[in-house]
Amino acid sequence: MAETAVKEKESVFQFGKKERKLLTDPLNDNNPITVQVLGICSALAVTSLVYPSLVMAIAVIFVTAFSSLFTSLLRNYIPKSVRMIVQLVIIASLVTVVELTLKYLNYPVYKQLSVYIGLIITNCIVMGRLEAFSMANKPWRSFLDGVGNGLGYGVILVAVGVVRELFGKGSLFAGSPIELKIIGPTADYLVNTTDSMLFGWYANNNLMVLPASAMFIIGIMIWIQRSYNTKLVDVS
Amino acid sequence: MESTKYVVIFILILTAAVAISLTGLREATKEQSATNEDIFNKRAILTAVQDYLPNGQKVADLTDEQVLELFAQMKQPVVDMEGNIIEGVKAESIDMAKERKKPEAERRLPVYVYEQDGQQFYILSVRGNGLWDEIWGSVALKSDLNTIAGATFDHKGETPGLGAEIKDNPSFAAQFEGKEIYESDGDYVSIKVRKGGARDPKHEVDGISGATVTADGVSEMLYRGLKYYQPYIDKVKQQSFLLN
Repeated sequence: MAETAVKEKESVFQFGKKERKLLTDPLNDNNPITVQVLGICSALAVTSLVYPSLVMAIAVIFVTAFSSLFTSLLRNYIPKSVRMIVQLVIIASLVTVVELTLKYLNYPVYKQLSVYIGLIITNCIVMGRLEAFSMANKPWRSFLDGVGNGLGYGVILVAVGVVRELFGKGSLFAGSPIELKIIGPTADYLVNTTDSMLFGWYANNNLMVLPASAMFIIGIMIWIQRSYNTKLVDVS
Repeated sequence: MESTKYVVIFILILTAAVAISLTGLREATKEQSATNEDIFNKRAILTAVQDYLPNGQKVADLTDEQVLELFAQMKQPVVDMEGNIIEGVKAESIDMAKERKKPEAERRLPVYVYEQDGQQFYILSVRGNGLWDEIWGSVALKSDLNTIAGATFDHKGETPGLGAEIKDNPSFAAQFEGKEIYESDGDYVSIKVRKGGARDPKHEVDGISGATVTADGVSEMLYRGLKYYQPYIDKVKQQSFLLN
């Protein structure tokens, strides 16, 4: 009796320990890419440069966050027999919003990502979260869960992009206004391999440009993550 | 289980709401998006004459307004397959992808005549097939209508790091500079992308390792695409011969 009396009135947007966990869990313990191994297709395909990876990450965060929110708002009204179709309609329309906005704001990046933006619809992370979480949870928590999973995906995407672009092209953020040229054969680069005594032997690794390299990098990331986060190791 | 009626009504309301909001967004962004696309394509065409832009600028340095202004200054004839200029059409209104679907005899070809410091450049558009999908490009000829001043390529779905190098690696397109599309006796040869390295310094460029099919596609595209312009080139040459 006393307990119910002192129980605080929960606000809609409360942000406690549980909510924080919704955001941080997908970054490490339950990462959609390295632990659940979802969304690998686009992680291999778009990560050859950092800038498109970053745009893709933001697009996916937007889609996971708002599709979770809308699904959760409608969760008590969605007919069970067509719930997957309803979820797809929500995801597809949000992806269209992303596509139109990108076309409006930054056409060159839209051209670069065009096919993969459309493929967010089929990204298992998005639908997985809707089925597993939003259909059974309140809107605010679903929204946070969506943001968290989008972030977990985006962090890996950008990390892979940094490795691939740095070793494959010798630059970072190519194609964006803040392009950094780090190592390469001309004077534009920070380390000029044609003049340098120390780095004369250096050449860009062409494998890094190919999607296959992303698989190795993600594999190595999974290895590193599991070597310090031992609770992820499957002992059976 | 919900009744069928409920399911149908729910779906109808949901799709109607989605359709209305997406249409609204599309209408609101349509104009700006079309302008963005237009400028993107125009920048691509200008890349073919990158070395001859005013004040030694690069295409990336130009503002959108400058790009549009340069195009406004250009003569933009559209020619038919016999080399006659079609009146009342501007080159920038030609969609090469649509032209390519027409029978060969009915195709229209865009020409951009770019002038800088009294020199004329003829920018010609070519389109063909790569490994996975279409590839296209612009080739700028100097006023002798033989020497290439610059070229630029793009593609729809070539493999990044391999076939996509035709666009991503500027040194591939840079090889075309100074090549000649005619033999010295006037025979048409076009430019060939040669696997294993160019042997003929005038008419061949180095291929890309791992992208033989795309490279062959570029050769084929240039051979056919520039051949379509032959009647027009002959006519321009004749005219300038008469004028002199």
